[in-house]
Amino acid sequence: MDHASLKSTRMRYRRERRFKIYCATALVLAGVFLVVFFSDIVSKGYTAFWQAQIKVEVSYTQDVKELPFLAVGEDVSNLISRAWFRKLPRKLNEHPELIGTTRTEWVLADGAVDQYLKDKPNGLKKKQKTLADRLRSRDRTRLAFNTYFFTQGDSKLPESSGIFSAAVGTIYVMIVTMAFSLPTGVLTAIYLEEFASDNWLTRAIEVNINNLAAIPSILYGLLGLAIFINYVGIPRSSALAGGLTLGLMSLPVIIISSRAALRSVPDSIREAAFGVGASRWQVVSHHVLPMSLPGILTGSIIALAQAMGETAPLLIVGMMAFIPEAPSGFTDAATVMPAQIYTWSSAALRPYAERTAAAILVLLAVLILLNLTAVLLRKRYERTW
Amino acid sequence: MTLEYILLLFFAGLIPLAYAAFFLGRRKAETDLDRGYRLNSPPSFYGWYVIVWMFLPAIGVSAVFAVLHMAGILSVPAPVVLVGVLALVAAAGGLALHRVRASLRARKIVEDVIRWLLFIATCISVFTTVGIVLSVVFEAVKFFNMVSLWEFLTGTTWSPGSAFLEGAGRGGEQSSKAEFGSVPIFAGTFMITFIAMCVALPVGLFSAIFMSEYAGRNLRGVAKPALEVLAGIPTVVYGFFAAITVSPFIVYIAETLGLEAAYTNALSPGIVMGIMIIPFISSLSDDVISSIPQSLREGSFALGTTRSETIKHVVLPAAFPGIVSAFLLGVSRALGETMIVVMAAGLRPNLAWNPLEGMTTVTVRIVDALTGDLAFDSAETLSAFALGLTLLVVTLMLNIVSSIVIRRFKQQYEM
Repeated sequence: MDHASLKSTRMRYRRERRFKIYCATALVLAGVFLVVFFSDIVSKGYTAFWQAQIKVEVSYTQDVKELPFLAVGEDVSNLISRAWFRKLPRKLNEHPELIGTTRTEWVLADGAVDQYLKDKPNGLKKKQKTLADRLRSRDRTRLAFNTYFFTQGDSKLPESSGIFSAAVGTIYVMIVTMAFSLPTGVLTAIYLEEFASDNWLTRAIEVNINNLAAIPSILYGLLGLAIFINYVGIPRSSALAGGLTLGLMSLPVIIISSRAALRSVPDSIREAAFGVGASRWQVVSHHVLPMSLPGILTGSIIALAQAMGETAPLLIVGMMAFIPEAPSGFTDAATVMPAQIYTWSSAALRPYAERTAAAILVLLAVLILLNLTAVLLRKRYERTW
Repeated sequence: MTLEYILLLFFAGLIPLAYAAFFLGRRKAETDLDRGYRLNSPPSFYGWYVIVWMFLPAIGVSAVFAVLHMAGILSVPAPVVLVGVLALVAAAGGLALHRVRASLRARKIVEDVIRWLLFIATCISVFTTVGIVLSVVFEAVKFFNMVSLWEFLTGTTWSPGSAFLEGAGRGGEQSSKAEFGSVPIFAGTFMITFIAMCVALPVGLFSAIFMSEYAGRNLRGVAKPALEVLAGIPTVVYGFFAAITVSPFIVYIAETLGLEAAYTNALSPGIVMGIMIIPFISSLSDDVISSIPQSLREGSFALGTTRSETIKHVVLPAAFPGIVSAFLLGVSRALGETMIVVMAAGLRPNLAWNPLEGMTTVTVRIVDALTGDLAFDSAETLSAFALGLTLLVVTLMLNIVSSIVIRRFKQQYEM
């Protein structure tokens, strides 16, 4: 080989290496995004699972029923959460035997104290800081597991706010969504795959479903607002309105995945069933549907996870209201986890930021669990014909 | 009596009735069988036949009452409807049971009903489309009665500011007139979409090339699920990430470079939206690249090309239509994405070229107009539907173009 062509070959190999590096970089970049993202959320959110408490002498006197602030010494009372004080009168009414006693208790600290003890930016005054430091040095403060976060609804006081009512709301909304979209979607898929003849109507419906899958989710919110709320009169912010809106949104996802599952059942099964005299519905319900059930289930779980993380259409139908108590029915005003994350993320008070991240961690854990279930289900029941 | 309680009663009454009907119908058919008659259908179809005839009239009547109630023509108290419908169910069930005999073509009848049921379920998705189009168009038409289409499409100032005063009948008090020129909103939307695609297209495409052309099975087995995780993250979480982490970081970088950046800059939601779209682009392009016939690659290798030369000169040109379609779908995603921009982009419409300035998008204005306390028929609220209509038209057009492109591509390689 002469010198020139050798040189050009070397250049081409160098170009090859460079191209491969570009491609690998892209993949690495995507991985880096993922790592940065998760470590950022975890580092912001994990502290919210612990909550500051202060050990104080609580003297339960008769006056505490009217003036709860009298229960503790005046010096520490402004380090303690107002949420704790608010609950005192009720506690005394329920346990009248407490009146007249003095006990040493761990009580919920104020949100700012909590942030100070976690070395985060806070709005504490200098005097309060020295007091908190003194309490800390005497082991009168601790970070305990944050049960409030899981048992309470939203609150205007960050230290006593939790995800409970949002989680209950999410369950209600998901029940409505799945109760609507799962049967409708599977029936549609069965019709299109097994019953419909190939004519212009069927093709138009197919095109329509594919287009529905690509319509931005916020437009489903406009539909929900205009039709479910303004026309039909379903109460605003209710789980019913949100669930139906999300149900329409996840319908195309379920239809498309169910059709794929039905299609993967080979025709020989159908022909065998027809051959022994089964009707079309018997073929479907006795043979095709049971065989494609794992696939349909996988698709539905993925659709469920998608609907669970959706926010935009729910904002439009009003599901971002302040909901301190868990809803007790499908027509009560409710909020859902993503909407709660959205409201907290725009709250002005600092401690809400870590709660937002913690709520995100809980939501992500649930979603990853759902997706993992779907993957395992597919692996376990996957059949090759 | 709440609605839920009535529904509970309804189903508590219907389920045992249906159960009884099914068994009675089947029993009657089985008795005929025992008497030596030849049944037309399997016995359980006679049971289903009775159930079907029990419920169809009841469902029809309930639907009529519901429509009458909603239209406000006639409002019958719910308990009356409940009792009436249950009585109708019992009567129709008895009649159907009476008609059960061996020669009845129960299977055919039940099958036809099922077929209709399936067809009705299928129509719901069509109704959804019609519903979206109608609900958006109706309100948008009301809006265009107040603001001309031309002004909406070409105006460069969006200041609905005093629209709510006019709605309250105090229009004269403020001198500034409400203006609905959507150009700055579209400019912001396209700017953020452009930034997102600048991130998503190269990263998504190159990782797809790496996964389908270079990576071994093991790496592929790790990388593909990792990208799927990226796709499964809810958009509100991306929005939080953009607003709390990326925006301050960009402001910090801009300051160290001596530039001025707003916390609601367009760059941060753009970049994060790009990250969100990466898995979308990469999985679509991966499908397309893997579907290019191996013979094309082998033919190219046989001429002595390197792998990258084959990719650049053979694979990518062949996959080009598919990649274009993935790109268009990505754009349509970015245009309609809401939570990231609601949380990280600005509210103020701003016509500017600088991505470090605050900008707003179509979806932000829609959410802002519909989550406030404005009256539903104020111009600002209705403007949300006009914006929604444009969003719908643009995304539908992108989807249709992309599906045409991909169909041509599939025909070419006979997939």
